[in-house]
Amino acid sequence: MTDVSLKKIFTDGAWQQNTGLVVLLGLCPLLAVTSTVVNGLALGLATMATLILSNLSVSLLRGLLKPEIRIPAFVLIIASVVTVIELLMHAFFYDLYRVLGIFIPLIVTNCAIIGRAEAFASRNRPLASVVDGFATGLGFCITLVLLGAIREFAGRGTLLAGADMLLGDWASSLTLSIIPDYSGFLLAMLAPGAFFGLALLIAARNAWAAKADSRPQNPAFEQVQNKS
Amino acid sequence: MRSFQTSNAPHMPQQISVAKVMLQVLLALVPGILAYTWYFGPGILVQILLATVFALLIEALFLRMRGRPLKPFIDDYSAVVTAVLFALCVPPLAPWWISLVGMLFAIGFAKHLYGGLGQNVFNPAMVGYVVVLISFPQAMTAWLPPVTLAEHSIGILDSLQVIFTGQVPIAGSWDAITQATPLDTLKTGIDSGRMISEIRQSPLFGDFGGLGWEWIANWFALGGIFLLYKRVISWQVPAAIIGSVILLSLPLWLADPDSSPFPLQHVFSGALVLAAFFIATDPVSGCVSPRGRLVFGAGVAVITLVIRRWGGYPDGVAFAVLLMNMAAPLIDRYTRPRIYGEKPDGRDKKNE
Repeated sequence: MTDVSLKKIFTDGAWQQNTGLVVLLGLCPLLAVTSTVVNGLALGLATMATLILSNLSVSLLRGLLKPEIRIPAFVLIIASVVTVIELLMHAFFYDLYRVLGIFIPLIVTNCAIIGRAEAFASRNRPLASVVDGFATGLGFCITLVLLGAIREFAGRGTLLAGADMLLGDWASSLTLSIIPDYSGFLLAMLAPGAFFGLALLIAARNAWAAKADSRPQNPAFEQVQNKS
Repeated sequence: MRSFQTSNAPHMPQQISVAKVMLQVLLALVPGILAYTWYFGPGILVQILLATVFALLIEALFLRMRGRPLKPFIDDYSAVVTAVLFALCVPPLAPWWISLVGMLFAIGFAKHLYGGLGQNVFNPAMVGYVVVLISFPQAMTAWLPPVTLAEHSIGILDSLQVIFTGQVPIAGSWDAITQATPLDTLKTGIDSGRMISEIRQSPLFGDFGGLGWEWIANWFALGGIFLLYKRVISWQVPAAIIGSVILLSLPLWLADPDSSPFPLQHVFSGALVLAAFFIATDPVSGCVSPRGRLVFGAGVAVITLVIRRWGGYPDGVAFAVLLMNMAAPLIDRYTRPRIYGEKPDGRDKKNE
């Protein structure tokens, strides 16, 4: 199981098996918090940290865990990691903690995390697992940021609003007002905007991947084609 | 020697094409549009023109992006019907970009992303309208009072100026030329604890619905009857919508006439008649089976009444149509007409 190169693990996690755009896991936080770039980035980073730490722990413990109880053990590990991250955010990024609210503890239920623990970390060495956690988290984080950018730009005409919540007071000057006097496009900030935005991102990724490989990326589609 | 040429069965007495149906729908809309212009000034004509131009441009753009030929699709008038229905829903003085955004979502998203005419799950015009209604609440309030009540009459040039520049022509403000719709007045009045008989003292109200609006509704109904006569639409949907509205609002009104409008006021208010004949009868996004159409219409009526009574918006026809569009395939599944010889419970004994 260890002969897969780290580079392959990285591109698989970040691009080929991108959590948000290809395997479509963890969509609940993805759709719910991406109303701005900063919200998306914050939740993306928190999820990435959770993935790295949980993958590492699961990988280190993989020899000790009996198969029968592995799922409860994964859940316990992930829950502890998320609790640590939640307490850290409560302590150091209080504004952001309040904005993201319930979605920080809900990282526990992000299927992508337990999915990586089960599918990868419990069968691979610690280093590979950390790389996989980082790559998967990075792919998820980029998706969140892109979706946040689309929705914030369309909905409020700004980018990086509220960056000071994440980076400190100096960052409030980072906020870009792309369109001044923008009256706002409320739909983009509401739930439908998240679905529209995600759908457009998935379509763009599929188009890009199809162009790059000149063959369809969707495995289901490929199967259908192979059958016919 | 040339053989005598016949076409294959079925031998239809006349060719029915999408373009022909759509043209008949447009023709049926004309009396209502003229009445609208009569009562509320020429702003609506500008909106129709704008929406049509945007609709055709976006239709062409998306056809091109999908690699489809322009010819048989762009001149079937389906985009024009969508545009006209959309324009009839937005305020006559709405800014021009309302049409652009509405048509982008109606034609681009609701129609072409789902696969074009015939594949759209949702009624395109209503998708466009709901998108702009939710997204731009302020711009969607630029309704006019009937011409007879207006202090300043808004002519064609004034309308153009307001729509394209956002500048109000007369010294004064938006408040001087715009006016809450009758349904809006009704809703805020009831919410602030006034009785309907009291609210109806306002000159905005006519005999049944709003002044002007009720006659526009009549003319739309006339157009609808023309479509029924031409068999472009079936009787089930309009009958179910209007009948259910009357049946459902009657007990409410009898129980509490102070806070529930009387049934005919419901029928002649807002977009109900327009929706009953022109919007909910969309053959693509509605139900197919005759009984299903009755259920569909009744559902539209129930949701509309619920939104009018307890919802946050004064009218709910658009939301009702979209919600029932979602339910249409399921309704069709359960109301499929029995095939001759099939057992009443729908099971096919032979294949078991």
